[in-house]
Amino acid sequence: MFHIVACIKQVPDTKIIKMNPKTNTMDRRTAPAILNPYDAHAVEEAVRLKQRYGGTVSVVTMGPPPAVSAIKKCIEIGADEGYLITDRRFAGADTLATSYAVTKAIEKIAKTRPVDLIICGKMSIDGDTGQVGPGIARRLDIPPLTSVNKVVEINLEERYAVVHRKLEDGYEVVQSTLPCLFSVEKTINDVPYSPMPNMLKAARYKPHIWSVDDLEDVDIKQLGLKGSPTIVSKVWAPQKLAGGTFLEGNPAAQVEQLLQILLEKKELFESKEGM
Amino acid sequence: MDFNEYKGVWVFIEQKDGEVAPVSLELLGAGRKLADKRGVELAGILIGEHVKSLTKTVFEYGADTVYVYDQPLFKHYRTETYMKALLECSDKYKPEIILYGATSTGKDLASAVATDLPTGLTADTTELDVEEETGLLLASRPAFGGNIMATILCKKYRPQMATVRAKVIKALPPEVGRIGKVVEETVSLKEEDIRTKVLEIVKETVKKVRIDEADIVVAGGKGLGSYEGFQLIHHLAETLGGAVGASRDVVEAGWIDHPHQVGQTGVTVTPKIYFAIGISGAIQHIVGMKNAGLIIAINKDKEAPIFQNCHYGIVGDAFEIVPVLIEQFKQALSSDKVMK
Ligand SMILES: Cc1cc2nc3c(=O)[nH]c(=O)nc-3n(C[C@H](O)[C@H](O)[C@H](O)COP(=O)(O)OP(=O)(O)OC[C@H]3O[C@@H](n4cnc5c(N)ncnc54)[C@H](O)[C@@H]3O)c2cc1C
Ligand SMILES: Cc1cc2nc3c(=O)[nH]c(=O)nc-3n(C[C@H](O)[C@H](O)[C@H](O)COP(=O)(O)OP(=O)(O)OC[C@H]3O[C@@H](n4cnc5c(N)ncnc54)[C@H](O)[C@@H]3O)c2cc1C
Repeated sequence: MFHIVACIKQVPDTKIIKMNPKTNTMDRRTAPAILNPYDAHAVEEAVRLKQRYGGTVSVVTMGPPPAVSAIKKCIEIGADEGYLITDRRFAGADTLATSYAVTKAIEKIAKTRPVDLIICGKMSIDGDTGQVGPGIARRLDIPPLTSVNKVVEINLEERYAVVHRKLEDGYEVVQSTLPCLFSVEKTINDVPYSPMPNMLKAARYKPHIWSVDDLEDVDIKQLGLKGSPTIVSKVWAPQKLAGGTFLEGNPAAQVEQLLQILLEKKELFESKEGM
Repeated sequence: MDFNEYKGVWVFIEQKDGEVAPVSLELLGAGRKLADKRGVELAGILIGEHVKSLTKTVFEYGADTVYVYDQPLFKHYRTETYMKALLECSDKYKPEIILYGATSTGKDLASAVATDLPTGLTADTTELDVEEETGLLLASRPAFGGNIMATILCKKYRPQMATVRAKVIKALPPEVGRIGKVVEETVSLKEEDIRTKVLEIVKETVKKVRIDEADIVVAGGKGLGSYEGFQLIHHLAETLGGAVGASRDVVEAGWIDHPHQVGQTGVTVTPKIYFAIGISGAIQHIVGMKNAGLIIAINKDKEAPIFQNCHYGIVGDAFEIVPVLIEQFKQALSSDKVMK
């Protein structure tokens, strides 16, 4: 039976994030944790494929214990099972260590139910590297298909998938063997409001929770901070410009000053002279 | 890992339709500086089919060496094939640093290569430097939706890799006739063994909007109130001969398409003049336009953050100010012509 695993992440809502100007750190109390918006599209796509071809959708995340609520959100969208891997030894992971840990979880999930397809979001809204998806694909040695914005066909008998990958000036139609990994664009679908039965199911749902010890063949050295080649050495607030000079007076006077400023750059408008 | 074995700065040369991607030329400029600081070679790595002729451009923009993989296998970009070339080449010649454009291709390739090597990969870098003595790459990037900047280091692995955003670094002026060493390589891969196939490439016929190449960008925000109100931005842009930009909220409201969006999840622009009209100046917007030569903000709210990120500010109603500006500007230009 068709088994899709969606990888998800709980993130602070960067829209309402407040930074502490003294320490340049994020004030986490002011930032509610949400399901990474791109991952909502990933899960939605998995659920739509399940509706089209039958099967099961599992979601997996590495994160702190409160990430359970992000899993519940996925159950609302229509996922069937949720797996949280949580352990202090995962902490401080960069994308290399994150993809390693998540891969180990997927390998364990696949033992009970083989995985045909993995779906990730295009990126997270906090780290926003977009590197975790391709990392997982390489570790599982399956083809990564990034920037997917349409799934044309999944053929479970002949074991292939056909998708559209977004390009800067259009798209390409790509065929890949199954299993493979998609990371999806936001434009792939709209996430509708969840139906009431799903919400009730989500409220009662208890995800599988695993620590490092529950995973198999794990090389501890590749996890968390230890397994992360990149380190964040310095963090600062982005530089602001000096702050503008306000033009004074009534609208006409302000426009007059603005005009002077613009006309000083007259050469820029030269191409317009023919008009 | 013996760090002394790793030498030189590489740039992955992205190409399409017989042209080198602009971001790759920019990266050659950035790479040149890093290589000079370290006293090492700058190399380009060029992969594709019928791409040999592009080496000329790569040398003119600063490379000393170009590693070329020119095989039918590489006609279309595919992670599996390009990755194989990069991994083999990196294994053979051991660069200290590899830079990629933070385009969809560059990011896809770099993430796969980093996992296999394995090594660290800094994403979406906007500032680059290198420690002269140690060769440690200092790659800085925005994170948390642009709320903070962070410098990322990769101390224990080589090569050090980063994807770099387009338009944050200037390409060097090309030195016509500058030449270097071409090193031709091949990979032994059979088409049958590759698991992905590009069946078709579809070019979207919509007119290409290149706001990243415009000298003047007139951008409007949610403050224009409606689709109809937003037309004011088109009028001003037309009058000034500029391109139209927009905030994300405007794109989400459907007043204009995504290629016009300026900011972190849109386009980074570096025009000579940037107008921000009815745009509050959220950090995610600012990161996309802060390098404009002259930033002019028009906003009704004196406290709007955009005023901290502009050169000149007008506090007022766009619907009062902009029509007057359009009128006056037209007049000024036509009288100017009369004088000539
Ligand atoms: C300021 C700062 C800068 C950073 N810069 C870098 C950097 O340049 N390079 C680097 O390697 N690391 C970096 N990191 C670390 C990086 O944010 C973490 O490794 C993070 O756990 C995963 O990367 P991401 O958030 O960028 O995810 P992305 O790669 O953007 O996420 C893409 C998709 O992968 C899946 N995914 C991501 N995380 C998880 C998870 N925990 N569980 C399950 N699925 C997941 C989701 O489907 C998601 O949509 C940085 C961290 C900070 C705080
Ligand atoms: C992960 C992430 C990525 C994002 N990426 C981007 C991005 O790439 N680009 C981007 O722009 N945003 C981005 N955003 C959204 C960003 O945070 C802001 O929500 C958005 O920029 C606000 O758009 P705005 O300034 O048009 O609207 P608003 O914030 O609603 O501001 C409207 C402004 O118009 C002024 N105004 C109202 N009426 C008038 C009038 N008649 N005349 C003059 N002024 C008037 C108001 O005073 C106000 O300042 C991102 C957010 C997140 C979380």
